[in-house]
Amino acid sequence: MADASKELHKKEAETPEKGERTRERRVYTPAVDIIERKDDIIVIADMPGVDENSVDIMIEKNVLTLYGKVEADIPEKHVLYLSEYGIGDYQRVFTLTDEVDREKIQATVKNGVLRIVLPKAEAVKTRKIAVKAEA
Amino acid sequence: MLWSDLERIGRLIDPWREFERVNRSLSRWVSPSTIEFPAVNVWVAGDTAVVTTELPGIDPSAIDISVVGKTLTLRGSRKPEEFKENESYHRRERWHGQFTKTIELPFDIDSGKVDAQYRKGILRITLPRAEADKPRKISVKSV
Repeated sequence: MADASKELHKKEAETPEKGERTRERRVYTPAVDIIERKDDIIVIADMPGVDENSVDIMIEKNVLTLYGKVEADIPEKHVLYLSEYGIGDYQRVFTLTDEVDREKIQATVKNGVLRIVLPKAEAVKTRKIAVKAEA
Repeated sequence: MLWSDLERIGRLIDPWREFERVNRSLSRWVSPSTIEFPAVNVWVAGDTAVVTTELPGIDPSAIDISVVGKTLTLRGSRKPEEFKENESYHRRERWHGQFTKTIELPFDIDSGKVDAQYRKGILRITLPRAEADKPRKISVKSV
């Protein structure tokens, strides 16, 4: 595991060029697994500190944005003695292909792991417009 | 000294800001690649230490926590997602495998009173100081 240790630590997300964040928080890029199956694509993201009430999944046009808000669980009246990781929100943005049926996306969170199922669209055939020969 | 530091005194200290301040100053000296997985934060208040670590998606009953004297050891593992042959990975960034982490605490721990909670993928262990390790006040008698 030692070789991969660099990969295992939290990566701070870049601030989008368009502007600043309103919340004075650090934002991290969650590690994800993306698996393609026959009928769907699964996105699994590690977001410790996030539950079903604090995660937002947004789709605008073909952009899928995951945002997890983390309320820092800091023990009261304690002094930080050793600090190896930072606490902050999570954000990650993906561009979807046309294959995804946006209406049927499902998401669950368990033990700080977000799992999104993106069903593939009923083939692209529905989009195809039949051209009839003029009589 | 910064004047804004002075300003903080006497005002309610926001625990979040305080965390950010200390986290930045403590982690400045440590390169992330030298930190053994999983990264921990340790808080201390009087005779109690609190250790937190981010371990999303693991079975809490499979975490092995042991305390000997000042040393806390965490052991556990996370299995990779299992998929069938016709399924393919586009990205595989999440960690899996076994881990062992040893943390030296500032005082001896009463191993019988250690409490551990696992919520939202974060493990939080509360460790009270051993009675025998607590400092004793010695009264001075006048002769």
